[in-house]
Amino acid sequence: MFRKMLLASALALAIAAPASAQSPVRVKFGVLSDMSGIYADATGQGSVIAAQMAIEDFQASQKGIQAEVVGADHQNRPDVGSNVVRQWFDRENVDVVLDTPTSSVALAVSEVTRERNKVFLNSGAASSDLTGSACSPNTIHWTYDTWALANGTGGALVAEGGDTWFFLTADYAFGHALERDTSNFVTSKGGRVIGAVRTPFPSSDFSSFLLQAQASRAKVIGLANAGGDTINSIKQAGEFGITQGGQRLAGLLVFDTDIHSLGLRTAQGLVLTAPFYWDRDDATRAFAARYEQRHPRRLKPTYVHAGVYSSVMHYLKALEKTRSAADGAKMVAEMKAMPTDDPLFGKGEVRQDGRKIHPMYLYQVKTPAESRGAWDYNKLLRTIPAAEAFRPLRDGGCSLVRS
Amino acid sequence: MATVTAGEIRAATHEGLPRQQVVAFVIMVGALVAAPFFFYPVFLMKVLCFALFACAFNLLIGYVGLLSFGHAAYFGMGSYVAAHAAKVWGLPTELAILAGTAVAGVLGVVFGWLAIKRQGIYFAMITLALAQMVFFFSLQAPFTGGEDGIQSVPRGHLFGVIDLRSDLAMYFFVLAIFLMGFLFIYRVIHSPFGQVLKAIRENEARATSLGYRPDHYKLTAFVLSATLAGLAGATKAIVFQLASLTDVHWSMSGEVVLMTLVGGLGTVFGPVVGALTIVTMQNYLASFGAWVTVIQGVIFIVCVMAFRRGVIGEIANVLKKPL
Amino acid sequence: MMTFTIFGVSSVALFGQLLLGLINGAFYAMLSLGLAVIFGMLNIINFTHGAQYMMGAFVAWMLLDYLGIGYWPALVLAPVIVGITGVIIERTMLHRLYKLDHLYGLLLTFGLALTIQGLLRNQYGASGLPYAIPDELRGGTNLGFMFLPNYRGWVVVASLVVCLTTWFVIERTKLGAYLRAATENPTLVQAMGINVPRMITLTYGTGVGLAGLAGVLAAPIYSVNPNMGADLIIVVFAVVVIGGMGSILGSIVTGFGLGVVEGLTKVFYPEASATVIFVIMVIVLLTKPAGLFGRNA
Repeated sequence: MFRKMLLASALALAIAAPASAQSPVRVKFGVLSDMSGIYADATGQGSVIAAQMAIEDFQASQKGIQAEVVGADHQNRPDVGSNVVRQWFDRENVDVVLDTPTSSVALAVSEVTRERNKVFLNSGAASSDLTGSACSPNTIHWTYDTWALANGTGGALVAEGGDTWFFLTADYAFGHALERDTSNFVTSKGGRVIGAVRTPFPSSDFSSFLLQAQASRAKVIGLANAGGDTINSIKQAGEFGITQGGQRLAGLLVFDTDIHSLGLRTAQGLVLTAPFYWDRDDATRAFAARYEQRHPRRLKPTYVHAGVYSSVMHYLKALEKTRSAADGAKMVAEMKAMPTDDPLFGKGEVRQDGRKIHPMYLYQVKTPAESRGAWDYNKLLRTIPAAEAFRPLRDGGCSLVRS
Repeated sequence: MATVTAGEIRAATHEGLPRQQVVAFVIMVGALVAAPFFFYPVFLMKVLCFALFACAFNLLIGYVGLLSFGHAAYFGMGSYVAAHAAKVWGLPTELAILAGTAVAGVLGVVFGWLAIKRQGIYFAMITLALAQMVFFFSLQAPFTGGEDGIQSVPRGHLFGVIDLRSDLAMYFFVLAIFLMGFLFIYRVIHSPFGQVLKAIRENEARATSLGYRPDHYKLTAFVLSATLAGLAGATKAIVFQLASLTDVHWSMSGEVVLMTLVGGLGTVFGPVVGALTIVTMQNYLASFGAWVTVIQGVIFIVCVMAFRRGVIGEIANVLKKPL
Repeated sequence: MMTFTIFGVSSVALFGQLLLGLINGAFYAMLSLGLAVIFGMLNIINFTHGAQYMMGAFVAWMLLDYLGIGYWPALVLAPVIVGITGVIIERTMLHRLYKLDHLYGLLLTFGLALTIQGLLRNQYGASGLPYAIPDELRGGTNLGFMFLPNYRGWVVVASLVVCLTTWFVIERTKLGAYLRAATENPTLVQAMGINVPRMITLTYGTGVGLAGLAGVLAAPIYSVNPNMGADLIIVVFAVVVIGGMGSILGSIVTGFGLGVVEGLTKVFYPEASATVIFVIMVIVLLTKPAGLFGRNA
C-alpha cells in the first residue's frame, strides 16, 4: 500500500513538474585560476566556492539542471592554461570556463573557447582587449577591466585636484596598458603626466622608483601594477612617507585581499576602483558571511569571487531557457539577450561585445582609526554609474559590434 | 612499423646493438604508435616535445658531464622564432620549425663558445646568466608579445597537404620529429665522436693528452644539444599554437634537469621516461594547486637521496645492462 | 651642497639612489655571505637559501601573530629557529651528499626549496602577510638630498655589523681557523681531536640562520609571502659567483657593490635592473674565472 502511494505521488509530481521529468540538463563548469601564485587569494579556490554557491542558490538540481564544478591551477602561464582548457573541452566535457585571472592566460583561453564553441565567463582578468580587439562570441568579460579601473581612479582623482601624475609601471603588456589607459583619462580631464618609470616584473624593491616618484613632485603616484608588485610598492611608499608628504597613491588594480595583506596602517589613504565590496549593503554582507564560512582560511570574497558568482547565476538562468549547454555561442547570445539581475551587482546587461555592465565604485582605504574591525577597509568616495563605468561600445574595436 | 624502424637503426649503426636497447626501443615505438588511440593526443604531444628536450639536455649532461642551467634559452628561442615564422611570416609549418631550430643552433654556437671556457659550477652559472639575458630580450623585444606571448599560431599543413589541425595528424608528425631527434642522439652517442665525449667526461686531461681537443668536442656537443632543444621548443609552439615567456624562464631550465634526473642521467631512455613522469604529474595534479610544487619538490629529494640513477638508471642497474 | 647633473639626473637624486642601492646591497651581502660560508665549508650550493630567507620572515610573523612576540626578540629567535631547521636538514639529508658531485646538493636543496614554498603557500596563501615596522624605527630622517626611512638606515648598520662579525670569526679567530682547516683537510683536523661533522653541521645552521636574519630584516619592508625568496636566490647566486665562490670578503663587498650598480641601473635604464647583474656575471666569469675575490680557478 505504502509503496503504491509513493509511486502515485511520484507520478503526480512528474506530471505537475514537467521540467524535472525531462532528463536533467548537464553542465560542467571549470574554474581555471591561479591556485598557488600571487593572485590565489583574490581569485583561486575562492572562485570554486563562489561557483558552487551560485549553483546552490539557483537551486539548479530542483530546476532539472545537473551542474558540476571542477578547478585547475594555471600557474599564471598561458601555455598551461590553454592546455588545461583544451583537455577540459576535448576529454572532460567541460562547457564553461570561469574566472581565469592573468590577461595573457585569459586571451589564450578565449581563443580556445571560440575554437571549440564553448563558453568563457571571465571574472579575474583585467585586459580590456577581451571585449575589444580580441572579443569573441563565446566570451563574456564579467567583472572589471583596465579601462574601467583607469576611468574610475584616473578620472576621479583628477576631478579632486590630483592633476599631475607619475606612474610606477610594471614592465609588461598589462602594466603598459594600465598606464596608457589611465594617462588618457588624466590628460583628457585636463591633468598632466609628468613622468613614468618602468619597473622590472616582478620586483621586490621599489624604493628607488618611489624616490624618483617623490622627486617628481607629482600630486598622484599611479601604481600600474598588480599582485606582489602592488603590495611591495604600497608597503614601501608608506615607509618613505609618500602620503605624509602630500602625494596620493592610486592603486589601479587592488583587491581587498591585498589590503588585508598590507594592513590598514600601511594601506590607509590608498584610492582604488572596484565593482564590488563585501560591506556595501545587506545583500553583499550576507553573501560575504556565507562565503567566509566556506573558505578554508576564512577570507572575505573579493570582487572577482562576486563576479564568478554572478556570472554563474546568469548562465544558469539562460540555461534554464535553452536547456542545452552544447552550443556555446548560442548560450552567450541568450545571456546577452536577457537582462542581468543578482543580489551582488544589481540590475545590468551583457553588451554585444561581451562586456557585462554595472556601476563601479571609487573607494578610499580607511585609516586604522576609522576601521571598525577586521575587513572593514574601504569607504565609498563616489559611485560611477553603469553608463559611464565602461568603455563605450564603439571605442573598443570589437568585430561583433554592428555599426 | 615498429620492427622496420628497429631494423633501420640496426642497419644505420653498422654494429651489434645491445639487445635490450633494441627491445626497449621497439616497445617504446609500439607504445607511442598505439598511445593516441587510448590517451589524449595533445597531452602525448606535450610529453614528446619535453622528451626530446630532455634527450637533448641529457646529451650534454649525461655524455659530456656539462650541467647547463640555461637550456630554456634555446627551447624558448626555438619556440618564439617558429611561432613568429608561422604566424607573421606565414611560413609553412615545417619551415617554421626549421627556422626555430636554426636560430636555437646559432644561439648555441655563440653561448656555447662563451660557456665552454669554464668548467663545473662556473659553466652552469654562465649558461644561467646567458639564459637570463635571453629572457630579458624576450621580455623587451616587440615581436615576442611580452607576457601575452605569440598566441593563435596556425598549425598549417604539412608539406602543404596534410591538415595538422587534426590532433591525430599532428601527433604523428610530432612523433616523427621526436623519433628523428631520438635516433640522431642515439647515433651521436654511439659514434666515435660520442666515445670521445665520454672520454672527456671521465678525464679531460687524458683526452687532451691523447691528442683530442676537448673544446672542439664540447662545443659541437653543446651546439647539437641546443639545436635539438630548439627543435623541441619549435615543435611545442606549433602544437600548442603558443610561444610564451614560460619557455624562456629559468624554471624551465630547472624542469628539464628534473626530467632528466628522474629518468636517469646518461641513459638513452631515461629522459623520455622522466619527461613522461613529470608531464603526467603536472597534468593530473593541476587541480591540486600548490601541492604540485610540493610533490615536485619531494620527488627531487627522493631522487637525490634514494634513486640517484633515476628510473631507467635503476632498472639498468638491476639488469646490469645499459639502457 | 653643490649640485650638478649627470645624464639629466641631478647629483642630489643620484646620492639618494646610491644610498638606496647600498641598502639593497645589504640584503645581497647577508644572503650571499651565508651561501659563501656554506659553499666554502660544505661544498654545497644551497638552493634552499631563498626559502630559508623567506622562512625567517615567516617565523617573525608567526611569533608576532601566534605568540605576540615582537620584532626585537624575533630578530634573535627567528634566525635561531631557522638555523635549527637547517641543522635538521643537514643531519638528515645533506651530510650524505658531501662526497658526490655538486649537482646533487644543488638538486636536493632545489627540491627542498620547492617543498617548503609549496607547503607555506598551502597554509598561508600567496598574497602576503602584514608585518609592520617596529615603532622605534618608524619615520625617517631628512638627509638634505633624500628622505631616509629610519628602518633602512638600521638595515644597513645591522647588516654591516653581521657581515663584519662573520668575516672576523672566520678569518681572525681560532674557531675560524679550525673551520678553514677542516675544509682543506677534514681528516687531519679530525685527527687533532676536533669533531668535524659537528662543526660542519653548525656551519650550515649558522649560514642558514644568516638567511633567516635577513628575512626578519626584510619582513617590515617587503611583502612577506612564500615566493619572496624564489627569484632572489638566482640573483644572490650571481653575487656569490661574481665575488668568488666561497670567498667571505668577496661576497660581502660584491653584495654591497652590486646593490649600488643595480640602484644606478634603476635610474638610467630601469627595465634592465633585474638583468644587469647577470651581464656583470658573464663578464667577470670570462675575464676572472674564479670571481673577483676567488682564491683559485
